Amino acid sequence: MLRIRNLKCYYGRIRAINGVSLSVKPREMVALIGANGAGKSTLLQTICGLLPGWEGDMRYEKEPLSGLRPPEIVRRGISLVPEGRLLFPPMSVLDNLKLGAYLRYRRREQAAINGDLEHVLDLFPVLRERARQPAGTLSGGEQQMLAIGRALMARPRLLLLDEPSMGLAPFLVKLILDILVQLKDDGMTILLVEQNARAALQVADRGYVLENGHIVLDGPADELLADQDVKRAYLGKDYREFYDGRA
Amino acid sequence: MQEFLQYLFSGVTNGAIYAVIALGFTMLYKSTGLINFAQGEFVMLGALSMITLWSGFELSLPLAFLLTIAGVSVVGIILERLAIRSVRKPHPIVLIIITIGASILLRGVAMLGWGKDAHSSPAFSRNEPFEVAGATLLPQSLWILGIVLVIVTALHFFTRGTLTGKAMQACAINKRAAWLLGIPSETMVLLAFAMSAGMGAVGGILIAPISMSSYDMGMTLGLKGFCAAMLGGLGSSWGAVLGGLLLGILEALGVGFFSSSLKDGIAFLLLLLILYVRPAGILGARAVHRF
Ligand SMILES: Nc1ncnc2c1ncn2[C@@H]1O[C@H](COP(=O)(O)OP(=O)(O)O)[C@@H](O)[C@H]1O
Ligand SMILES: [Mg+2]
Repeated sequence: MLRIRNLKCYYGRIRAINGVSLSVKPREMVALIGANGAGKSTLLQTICGLLPGWEGDMRYEKEPLSGLRPPEIVRRGISLVPEGRLLFPPMSVLDNLKLGAYLRYRRREQAAINGDLEHVLDLFPVLRERARQPAGTLSGGEQQMLAIGRALMARPRLLLLDEPSMGLAPFLVKLILDILVQLKDDGMTILLVEQNARAALQVADRGYVLENGHIVLDGPADELLADQDVKRAYLGKDYREFYDGRA
Repeated sequence: MQEFLQYLFSGVTNGAIYAVIALGFTMLYKSTGLINFAQGEFVMLGALSMITLWSGFELSLPLAFLLTIAGVSVVGIILERLAIRSVRKPHPIVLIIITIGASILLRGVAMLGWGKDAHSSPAFSRNEPFEVAGATLLPQSLWILGIVLVIVTALHFFTRGTLTGKAMQACAINKRAAWLLGIPSETMVLLAFAMSAGMGAVGGILIAPISMSSYDMGMTLGLKGFCAAMLGGLGSSWGAVLGGLLLGILEALGVGFFSSSLKDGIAFLLLLLILYVRPAGILGARAVHRF
């Protein structure tokens, strides 16, 4: 579904991604793990068209993504739940969700959008309760749900998530990952970026390990979970410590 | 009392016009973070175009009204396209200087087009003035208040009730997030320029029948609109309306009870005072750190 070959991304002259190749098959959940600064966010932003000027080959459903800007990429069915959520805090939960479907409103898909809105509110009942509240008044977990809901409103076929567990208590991390599994079972393809490697690999089918802009390891998620190098580098810390360090 | 009421009427009338000009500033600032010092020239272009189209070409009032707004909006779009968009490194100071440059250019062009003489247009309707509790109320004042009310309501509906309005707000809050959802921020910025120029034109159209208009009127009116916008809190639409009315009323009372030489000074006095005492404006306490 998504195939990336020898991707290089730049910030000015600095190269942040150094020849990455990866692929995501339809209805698969792939985890991309790596330490802070490894280039995970850069990779996701490049796929979404936020960082033009990359080199290499990126294809989505066999069509090249080169030269496309975010509106065209969203229209093709790729949505990103960005790092830090990037909600519109003063606007209501409902408005945030509706703006996720901006391009579809422009194509007058009103009825389908209303259906999807109901679906998202069923998926996250707490958002229904808070529908009229400003997004900024939600708790961290609720905001993450809203960010995911907003991305879903574009009706993507490939959902990219950038550290959805950031700053959340373990039970919320579990809740969010359960939702992702549910989405996957309903047919969604997911590329999940996480520093929380253990949690991500437990729900994913396959995983890639990114270090300094290179893929250093890849394979089925259970093999990565058992891998000695991965254990040492990313799973060494107890889960709770991990969470405490980032809250 | 009667005297006070009279000043109040004239203050509210002028204040409503300042409010529209302030809305133009606010609208653009909210969407782009930019203070457009050519805003006053849009007012001037609005007033002079209206006089030419309505009194000169004898178009019907509604047609002249709409054509003027459309024309000035196009000038706003051209300003954005040619002068603002093309800047490589859009540092705020650079942009502000560009708008000052644009205002000088527009003033020069207007002087070539309309000459140095002052012009005025007739009142929108020829009804007799009303008597209210001994004070005279001009029909033109009612026109002005009515039109400003319609505009404020329409603007409110636009930002709260339409997808485009919400998308524009979203761009203002977080451009990157909006772009990620596929909202074309460039189009929204262009729309903000067009709307804020149109708002300035309305201010000019309303002013044309009640004062003399000439190519150099934009500077003072622009600064008064800016003062009203600051007074209410930059970025707050209701603040702009409130600030405009407040400025108009204070000005009228100052002129009435003290001296007419005070008129233009009051705006600047207020501006200094507000910058000193409450830089966020009356309603703008939260808005200032949004960007
Ligand atoms: N806007 C930027 N300008 C310059 N360098 C950046 C920028 N954003 C990230 N980088 C650099 O690119 C590298 C990868 O960053 P990032 O993709 O954010 O990593 P991750 O998401 O894995 O933590 C880091 O070395 C970071 O310093
Ligand atoms: Mg990151």
